[in-house]
Amino acid sequence: MPLYRITPAEIGRVWGTDGAAMGAALGVRRKSVPAPDEDTITISTEALRTALIRGKIDPQEIGALYVGSESHPYAVKPTASVVAQAVGATPNLTASDFEFACKAGTAAIQTCLGLVGAEMVRYGVAIGSDTSQGAPGDALEYSASAGGAAFVIGRERVIAKIRHTLSYTTDTPDFWRREGQRYPSHGGRFTGEPAYFRHVTECAQRLMERAGTNPKSYAHVVFHQPNGKFPQRVGRMLGFTEAQMRYGLVTPQIGNTYSGAALIGLANVLDVAKAGEQVLMVGYGSGAGSDAFDIEVTDEINRFDRSYGTPVQQFLDGGVEIPYAVYAKFRGKIRMGGES
Amino acid sequence: MSIARFWRETPVRYNLGGCRCPTCLTVYFPPRSVCPVCVQHRSSIGRLEPFQLSGEGEVVSYTVVHDAAEGFEMQVPYALAIVKTREGPQLTAPVVDIDPSEVRIGLKVRATFRKLREEGKAGVIHYGYKFAPMDDVHRPPERPTQSETAPSTAPTAVASESRA
Repeated sequence: MPLYRITPAEIGRVWGTDGAAMGAALGVRRKSVPAPDEDTITISTEALRTALIRGKIDPQEIGALYVGSESHPYAVKPTASVVAQAVGATPNLTASDFEFACKAGTAAIQTCLGLVGAEMVRYGVAIGSDTSQGAPGDALEYSASAGGAAFVIGRERVIAKIRHTLSYTTDTPDFWRREGQRYPSHGGRFTGEPAYFRHVTECAQRLMERAGTNPKSYAHVVFHQPNGKFPQRVGRMLGFTEAQMRYGLVTPQIGNTYSGAALIGLANVLDVAKAGEQVLMVGYGSGAGSDAFDIEVTDEINRFDRSYGTPVQQFLDGGVEIPYAVYAKFRGKIRMGGES
Repeated sequence: MSIARFWRETPVRYNLGGCRCPTCLTVYFPPRSVCPVCVQHRSSIGRLEPFQLSGEGEVVSYTVVHDAAEGFEMQVPYALAIVKTREGPQLTAPVVDIDPSEVRIGLKVRATFRKLREEGKAGVIHYGYKFAPMDDVHRPPERPTQSETAPSTAPTAVASESRA
């Protein structure tokens, strides 16, 4: 998670709008801002290095590495190969970049599940990471942030067992970015009912039906969280309580980290979860689809060494707030001399 | 810098890949082909072993850059430090995620992976190490070095029925 933060009030101050009210409407108090030398590759690498040290995993045992993002630094040239090289996992692995708006990271988890389940690889790595931007003044600018999470999928020393996964996918044009365009476009209110809410609720309900569970079965629930309000509303629609959503909801403190959003929420849950607890995670990506996971925390979590790396809560509480001018400089929104 | 030249330095810049003399155990960064410490240093030619630095160290000297070279304008002011690593070699690199005025001699730091520079808007992006302040949660007492984690050649037996 990048160090820097900006508040909706500060963004609104520049554009002559009531940013505080906008933040309240979105349920976002602060959002993270990447430094000029951070991007999806650096965030993914830092997350995975921490995961490997915590898991005491030899990077040479990684057989597959996938990075889900909608802000890969290159249009052509994989993020995953740089990350693999930077963690010492090359050359004996398959690596690729995933893109499905905000759910590319959860899609990467499903792919790793297949490879690990088929015993084609010992460990698969799924990363969800983004440094996405909203156009200046657009509603997205108040929430679009940066961050990522990395998960190692394997059969040994499993702390969170994925018992079921299910996806729900349709062609729904709620949010997109055309090739060559700097900022994404969206369908305004269309991003709500026919897109986010329909896919998340359908996917969650179908998964619980398959797993033979109901909302009361879960100690924690994590939804994709483009803002602070959507996940709370969809949680209530499905019958979950505020207590179940408490740790999985991180967007109010750091903004919408897109491909990282649900995964950072899951990481925060696993920071506090106890053995035997069940977790439901439902990702969402515009365009549109949801991936749902029924997860059981195992006894192994009691032996998991968290002494290295920053707890998610520390990222949520910490950070250095910057003014809009510095934010604009960091995000490359200022046209410099010599640029065409 | 040409693509090929930077690519050759990838192990150094990405993973702090240095080398170590098997005789006197002196660690060098960047890697070199001969150990100048050993009396019979000619005998060390071709025998130095790859050795990955832990990335931990402390600032022994620094300056704050206000007038940056091309490509670094967006990052001024930033601290550029000489960092003495735990293994001995001293590296020069920026210290990030800290107000430059707070950098001081003796500051404990750890390596972090960052973007170093871009070859214009359409060119290659170069990545590598910088340093960030070390806090308590980034102080692994038993963090293995490369030499201690030689990859096993065969998977070990499955220890659990669990399937992630």
